[in-house]
Amino acid sequence: MPDRGSAGALRRIFGRLGESVTERLWRLGFAARFFGYMLLHSGTALRRFQLTAREIYFAGVLSLIIILVSGLFVGMVLGLQGYDTLQRYGSSEALGILVALSLVRELGPVVAGLLFASRAGSAITAEIGLMKATEQIAAMEMMAVDPIARVVAPRFWGGVISMPLLAALFSAMGIFGGYLVGVQLIGVDEGAFWSQMQASVDVREDILNGVIKSVVFGIAVTWIAVFEGYDAQPTAEGVSSATTRTVVTSSLAILALDFVLTALMFTGGNAR
Amino acid sequence: MSNAAIVEIEHLSFGYDAARPVLRDVSLTMPNGKVVGIMGQSGCGKTTLLRIIGGARRPDRGSARVLGTRVNGLHGRDLYALRRKMGMLFQFGALFTDMTAFDNVAFPMREHTDLPEELIDDLVLMKLEAVGLRGAARLTPAELSGGMARRVALARAIALDPQLILYDEPFTALDPISFGAIARLIRRLNDSLGATSVIVSHDVKECLDIVDYMYFMSAGEIVAHGTPDEMRASADPFVGQFVRGEGDGPIPFHYPAMAFGEDLELSAAHA
Amino acid sequence: MNRAAIDVWVGVFVAAGLAGLLFLALKVGNLASFSTSPTYQVQAKFANIGGLKIRAPIKSAGVVVGRVSNVSFDNVTYEAVVTLNLDSQYQFPRDTSAKILTSGLLGEQYIGLDAGGDSEMLKQGERLRLTQSAVVLENLISQFLFNKAAEDKEAKDKK
Repeated sequence: MPDRGSAGALRRIFGRLGESVTERLWRLGFAARFFGYMLLHSGTALRRFQLTAREIYFAGVLSLIIILVSGLFVGMVLGLQGYDTLQRYGSSEALGILVALSLVRELGPVVAGLLFASRAGSAITAEIGLMKATEQIAAMEMMAVDPIARVVAPRFWGGVISMPLLAALFSAMGIFGGYLVGVQLIGVDEGAFWSQMQASVDVREDILNGVIKSVVFGIAVTWIAVFEGYDAQPTAEGVSSATTRTVVTSSLAILALDFVLTALMFTGGNAR
Repeated sequence: MSNAAIVEIEHLSFGYDAARPVLRDVSLTMPNGKVVGIMGQSGCGKTTLLRIIGGARRPDRGSARVLGTRVNGLHGRDLYALRRKMGMLFQFGALFTDMTAFDNVAFPMREHTDLPEELIDDLVLMKLEAVGLRGAARLTPAELSGGMARRVALARAIALDPQLILYDEPFTALDPISFGAIARLIRRLNDSLGATSVIVSHDVKECLDIVDYMYFMSAGEIVAHGTPDEMRASADPFVGQFVRGEGDGPIPFHYPAMAFGEDLELSAAHA
Repeated sequence: MNRAAIDVWVGVFVAAGLAGLLFLALKVGNLASFSTSPTYQVQAKFANIGGLKIRAPIKSAGVVVGRVSNVSFDNVTYEAVVTLNLDSQYQFPRDTSAKILTSGLLGEQYIGLDAGGDSEMLKQGERLRLTQSAVVLENLISQFLFNKAAEDKEAKDKK
């Protein structure tokens, strides 16, 4: 095998590339096994619901402020931008449809998911990582309590339950923001705003699909968060890099899954 | 039964990776009811040995038997069943930071027994009383000093009256008063519970005062063992260096390096 | 945070989330109008359905009375067979006619029902006899051009 000169350098480059790819694949496999194990051992989290309720509080309730405020602002911006574009074609009455569909189908699940990943996801990773670094996880194992059942699973289910609720609240708040700007501020007809919206937003196709998206995002984000925390190096740098990885990987996962789900849900119908 | 060995290690070998073995062919026994110390420098493998006894790591070769059962073959439910008879005190306590001291000690009781809350209440207070911290029961670990946290962790380790108690460097970073308190507690609890204790440490003086038997390790092997009196009187240079805390001896002061002169001349050549 | 406080807040959170979902479903979406009321199916054949899609509204006098549930092709008569899902509370006479209309000028297409005068009502599984196909834009344009050409020719002949 060449070792010197350009051939050696090439070999090293490809070697490192292959190494990082295989390492990522191995890690993905490990994460998948971890996910399966966690699901199998979720009995405690669901039977002793007090544990999960506590996690719903920390992941969901504490994210409420940022979700509601962001939702309001996103809705208001949609109202402004939407009106600006629509009134050029004389269709300003369609503002309600624009705001509602944008939020319910896309912005609600996606933006709420991104905010959830950076607020709750990073907190979960840091918490579990610190528990690992301070040997609390090892102590639990020595006390014959499965840390995945007791620490990881409740956080997972807490996140999965919180996410759709947060996405719904984001969308609702956004529509209210759009209403505030469109109807109260700019003067779009209130009746047209709501009635056109109601005529075009379908519960099954739009709202339900949005809820499905937010559930999928919740599963992805929380899974990544608990896994990174559990797998973190038990040092300060280890925990901090795990937290960063959670936010980055979750965000990318949300955007990629959003594309896949949108393609399946919203364009597959037209092919009929 | 009362004179059987609680822990039997036979020809144990282990390495985190194949190139660097951490334990080489280690064999030792720990008789029932005694306090046994494992001492050595940092990195000699004593903490790894403790982890193998607790079943957290599996040896590459050899066997570890705890309470008659082979630890290295166990997983899942069987391992947990064995661990319920053991208690472990981690280096800095490893208390659960989101719970009070009371809840920390109550944790093993709540998880493993069906005892009613009133009974658990009394038991927890008794354990905390034994370590002198009944008054601090409602404090969180953040509000406890290092020594106090260590004692609460000790109370948690003995919550289910284990037969084997493992101590991982229990005296690290403690002030002299807490030091003495922990040392006396280890001895007293061992005797009153009728348990066996294993202390991994490098605090020679304190350990020699409380243990019944001592093993000295260096570079993954046992280099000396005996009762504290035997150790104090030992002619072995390694034991001597350790007991007297000498800077240089069988364990060299200098990390292996080339001759100093050469090293300096090399730097001069680059200047 | 003690247990009771956490439970309260979690309860509030879940309630708020469900309320948000309900708001979306009722005030924003069209759940309030039509989902679980009983329906009955009738069929209608069209020469051309144009852009009619499944779930397109069926309106009579401008009010939504049902939705299109299925569109298929009859390989014998070479016509489109549309299944209409009508709300049971609206009964139509057997000689009702169905037209495919367009919402606005270039909007989506829907079925308009003109009630007939028969005393007997349509029942489950029956077929509407009178149908009018969708207006296909290309046909309209070519018809217009043809008519225009014919008019011009007449005018020329008259001279």
